[in-house]
Amino acid sequence: MSKVRVLVGTKKGAFILTSDGKRNKWEVEGPHFTGWEIYHMKGSPVDPNRIYASQTSGWFGQIIQRSSDGGKTWETPGGGPGKSPQGWPTGESNKFVYDTSPETGKPLTTHQFYDGTQHPWEFKRVWHLEPSLTDAETVYAGVEDAAIFRSTDGAKSWQELPGLRGHGTGPKWQPGAGGMCLHTIILDPSNPNRIWIAISAAGAFRTDDGGITWKPINKGLKSNYIPDPEAEIGHCVHHIAMNPKRPGVLFMQKHWDVMRSDNAGDQWTEVSGNLPTDFGFAIDVHAHEPETIYVVPIKSDSEHFPPDGKLRVYRSKTGGNEWEPLTKGLPQANCYVDILRDAMAVDTLDECGIYFGTTGGQVYCSADAGDTWSAIVEHLPPVLSVEVQTLA
Amino acid sequence: MIRVVLPFHLRRLAQVDGEVELEVASPVTQRAILDALEAKYPALCGTIRDHDTMKRRAFLRFFACEEDLTHESPDAPLPEAVVSGKEPFMVIGAIAGG
Repeated sequence: MSKVRVLVGTKKGAFILTSDGKRNKWEVEGPHFTGWEIYHMKGSPVDPNRIYASQTSGWFGQIIQRSSDGGKTWETPGGGPGKSPQGWPTGESNKFVYDTSPETGKPLTTHQFYDGTQHPWEFKRVWHLEPSLTDAETVYAGVEDAAIFRSTDGAKSWQELPGLRGHGTGPKWQPGAGGMCLHTIILDPSNPNRIWIAISAAGAFRTDDGGITWKPINKGLKSNYIPDPEAEIGHCVHHIAMNPKRPGVLFMQKHWDVMRSDNAGDQWTEVSGNLPTDFGFAIDVHAHEPETIYVVPIKSDSEHFPPDGKLRVYRSKTGGNEWEPLTKGLPQANCYVDILRDAMAVDTLDECGIYFGTTGGQVYCSADAGDTWSAIVEHLPPVLSVEVQTLA
Repeated sequence: MIRVVLPFHLRRLAQVDGEVELEVASPVTQRAILDALEAKYPALCGTIRDHDTMKRRAFLRFFACEEDLTHESPDAPLPEAVVSGKEPFMVIGAIAGG
């Protein structure tokens, strides 16, 4: 009997929701890491019991947690006995140091700050963890200030892939309202050397050589809030989604505009179509129908809640442009929550399940590809991220 | 024996209840205490002071003997009451507002 495990990161801890394949009765476990912000949790596709979690706090900084038993118990990977020559603990699992070495890195320059001045790179937190598709011990981390790191020892130690930050456009990168975060990492199942990432607000980038060199892939994006609306860099990409069965076809929720690319990001086309507003954060793709995509329109960049107080997921079965509202089971009055960029996910059961969490603490599930919805939980802390594991 | 009081979240992270006791060689300073604390509880590395710069994280403060030692040199000797274990060295999360 198939089973799903939903990993929910919130502003006050982590929760794990489990159900059988029917997805109508749920067990709620947690909170884990109470009082800490859990920006993201994600399980390894190679070993579903291996889950990585980003635990963070404005007071105490970054912690990386790891579970090897499906979230029942957790450890800080670098927190074990020391291995340094002096016998001191390494404690490196939360150590994210930008690469400034002349051999592999570029001199750490500056990026553009909110006021247009240049500002030094400062590590703040891990926004997104992306486990490798082939090795449970390898995991990528997208961090603020924007950079990508990789661990090949189960999150004990981290090394930056400095070619991204060293691309040369760094001084033009600037923070979005949530900070200058690298929030999206997509690994190509058909090409181990290809990775897509997105940064708010620099844009999307791609590597085709395993992370050594990167190029911006923002052609076709248009952002009226930057001096050159079609600039190579500076677009506030909120999230990108891809159906792993069709690598290279990407869907993007930008600050404003929903976009698609059919050539791995080389060119983007707007597919906002008849959406009531094309501002939003979350976007995802049906597990079995690669032209079926989901967004949750948010009123505007100044009003982060659904239009008219009605929580509506919009679905397109045509890869964009033609959208239908999905409302059954969702509140259609007085709803003023937001759905953040990493807070939507899909399972891979035959009848694809769609999940999203809200800043009001609800996690909704649709077991019929969006036709009807029900709340799994309703009173969690604000939800920062949702990921789903489909278990045999 | 040096006594250290940690804030709730760091106690949880280090998996300890109540005060922490540390052996710290003389001279007993903030740096010596934090070195010993991180050695005994590696999960605390990076949570009180930055991994790279070893500077105190901005929203944490240090108190002992009813004095604010936050801005003292990390290498300044701590009060005798801390050295003797009569008073704890306190790591406090700075709170602004209610």
